[in-house]
Amino acid sequence: MTASPVLDLRNITKRFGDTLANDDVSVSLAKGEVLALLGENGAGKTTLMSILFGHYTPDAGTVHVEGRELPPGKPRAAIRAGVGMVHQHFSLATNLTVLENVMTGTESLLRLRSDTRAARARLDDVSQRFGLVVDPDARVGDLSVGEQQRVEILKALYNDARILILDEPTAVLTNIEAEKLFRILRDMARQGLSLIFISHKLHEVLAAADRIVVLRGGKAVAERRAADTSKEELAELMVGRRVERPRREAATPGETVLEARNVSLSGSKGLSHVNFALRAGETLGIIGVSGNGQTALAHLASGLVRHEEGDLILFGNPVGKASVRAFIEAGVGRIPEDRNAEGAVGDMTIWENAILERIWSPTFSRHGLIDRAAARRFAAEIIKAFDVRGGAPDKRIRLLSGGNMQKLILGRNLHEQTKLLVAAQPTRGLDEGAIASVHTRILDARKKGAGVLLISEDLDEVIQLADRIQAIVKGRLSPPVAADQADARMLGLMMAGDWDKAGHVAGRGTHEI
Amino acid sequence: MRFERRAHRPLILVLLAPVFALGAALAIAGVLIMLAGAPVAEAFGQILNGAFGSRLGISETLTRATPLIFTGLAAAVAFRARLWNIGGEGQFYMGAIAAAALASGAIAGWPPLIAIPGAMFAGALAGTVTLLLPLGLRLRFGVDEVVTSLLLNFVALLFVSMLIEGPLKDPLAFGWPQSVPVSEGAELPKLLARTRLHAGLLIALAAALLVHFVQSRTRFGMQSRAAGLNAAAARFAGVPLGMTLIKVACMSGGLAGLAGAIEVMGVKGYVTTDLSPGYGYAGIIVAMLANLHPIGVVAAALFVAVMFVGADSMSRVMDIPSYIADVTVALSLLTMLLSLFFTQYRISR
Repeated sequence: MTASPVLDLRNITKRFGDTLANDDVSVSLAKGEVLALLGENGAGKTTLMSILFGHYTPDAGTVHVEGRELPPGKPRAAIRAGVGMVHQHFSLATNLTVLENVMTGTESLLRLRSDTRAARARLDDVSQRFGLVVDPDARVGDLSVGEQQRVEILKALYNDARILILDEPTAVLTNIEAEKLFRILRDMARQGLSLIFISHKLHEVLAAADRIVVLRGGKAVAERRAADTSKEELAELMVGRRVERPRREAATPGETVLEARNVSLSGSKGLSHVNFALRAGETLGIIGVSGNGQTALAHLASGLVRHEEGDLILFGNPVGKASVRAFIEAGVGRIPEDRNAEGAVGDMTIWENAILERIWSPTFSRHGLIDRAAARRFAAEIIKAFDVRGGAPDKRIRLLSGGNMQKLILGRNLHEQTKLLVAAQPTRGLDEGAIASVHTRILDARKKGAGVLLISEDLDEVIQLADRIQAIVKGRLSPPVAADQADARMLGLMMAGDWDKAGHVAGRGTHEI
Repeated sequence: MRFERRAHRPLILVLLAPVFALGAALAIAGVLIMLAGAPVAEAFGQILNGAFGSRLGISETLTRATPLIFTGLAAAVAFRARLWNIGGEGQFYMGAIAAAALASGAIAGWPPLIAIPGAMFAGALAGTVTLLLPLGLRLRFGVDEVVTSLLLNFVALLFVSMLIEGPLKDPLAFGWPQSVPVSEGAELPKLLARTRLHAGLLIALAAALLVHFVQSRTRFGMQSRAAGLNAAAARFAGVPLGMTLIKVACMSGGLAGLAGAIEVMGVKGYVTTDLSPGYGYAGIIVAMLANLHPIGVVAAALFVAVMFVGADSMSRVMDIPSYIADVTVALSLLTMLLSLFFTQYRISR
């Protein structure tokens, strides 16, 4: 590292209520360096970067940029000092053009007309220099997610950022797009920019960073040069113990539990002429980049919406109208893609959340009256059987961590024998330990004979859990491929919609094996 | 100054919120009384004396609290499910006129055992229909019920006004616009002789207990709370959102209509356009002060009633405008909202 760092975070401490989000964390960044901030959810990565950018005021500690201390809690000061931030959730106005978005906030409100010509030249110059090509006149809403991210980066560079912070930049990208992004980031570093990116994916920090700082429980627990470490070591540092994800065993599929024949659902994020067949005792993985119709598919299979065209056959019977109650009573377990929005009513108790979707069952209510004792017993059983830590039946579910909330959701679905499990993004936002336990439960359900429809954006997860894989692109489903024959490159092509080419790759792949 | 969300809501803060809110509201009211040139301590003493100092005072306070309990429950039930029923006032009047119409006409002369429940049912039904109208617009066309239910208040009042000037006008009232009186059989029995206090209070207390039971123990109550707290999760869990809201509207509108019916049958005997000094609107404040809890509604209704009755008496004795009651009640709503905010958020440095 060079003598004087461009960025120096010294002894940052930040407390939220009882939790120490950052505990005496010091990180420095050299000019031209790519630093990865690795850690699980809740390790304090985003908090630390928010302090750097002035969104939060630290309880203790200081931020120095090029030797000068930044005033705490002032994003404008950070921008002026040359810090740019690319958020995980883009802060772009989708109804404006790329150029307008980039210019936003750079001109005085009192000016009567904006100097588009100079701005355009400047934007051109920046995008040429870093190879970030976007049409300046395109409406941001019409761009793909990858392109929108490029606009976010351009916006930071346009503001003269010399230090760029990217919060989970690959969360919304396909693996091919992610590779492209990292090439660009490396190139930016070569041109003298300094970068920090936040991630919890081991392979990408190893591939893209010079140096890795591992955060755990709010503390900076380790620092490694990318060249001197391994996936295994980082995983252990990140989790604090050895965690192994469970493996899938071979199984013999039974009868078809859910079949879609030419099913369509209108809407911008709908489905068009989708075909799949899921049998008992097997897992069908649906991969795809976020926003390609996964939600519609999950809602369809969960009984929330009805298809408009085609046939949907559940346990041999055509589905007439959408009915959550009928689906659940027929033996469908459902894990919603967003547990806070759809999976739980945060301000209701754990027992209420445990029985809400089974409230019609005579176990839990008779003549319209709830049997609270039975409901509490049910909740207590789930808490015990699924190891929901920090759970008590009368506690509000909001107080559970994401992983424990997910365990409760799994528990209420898998407590009785489930014939079909619809799992949408079952481990999104969970830490390694929780992921392993959710995976175990899903594999367990499959072993007991449930058909599992796994809709996930996490390729590793799908490869590990699924027997067959289909990709969803703009509401269409690719033909299935066997998981054993799939590799990351082929799945990447499928997710990009090139399934003919992917089939070719698959054919070649099997030959080489 | 910035605010950050508390990790959890300490129970003690939730319980103290209304206490603090009332204290703050009374303190501000005290400043206003001081500005009006009266001794503050004496003024507050006079409010308490007016509300509790005599048999008449107590009975008046309880009589005033009765409709407030009903309208408070009506608002609390609806708000819990995120149905913004601001139309309590209109539903009150529709309930009142329906009860009067039935009890003076069709079932006049029937025994009380039939006439009283009959008139109450008519009032509840009228209130329900008045609320189902804006709810229907919301479910069918997505029209905001805050606006429609609020505006219906004026429609309802003018409708009642039309009826008591026309078809339901009392011919023996020397030309005053008032409705025909309810028959004797439909009058609610008095609880205390020579006062206005009537059996409606007991019905109101029973209603509060019933609402509490429905909300905490029944399938419908749980579903309606889920729908209010997180509609997307409720939908995912299979709660029929539209049907649940319709049932909630029946309860809310019914309670507000019942308030009007019982006021007519217990206190006045006939309908005029000044039957309610804003009970429907005050019900919203009562519900908020109670943090939407049905048992809390009883306490909050008592507080508001004390302020109204006590301030009336204070203004007579001390020559301070009785508007101070309205001001204090309104202030208590603002301070309560602020207190509730601080049960969820804290100031971060």
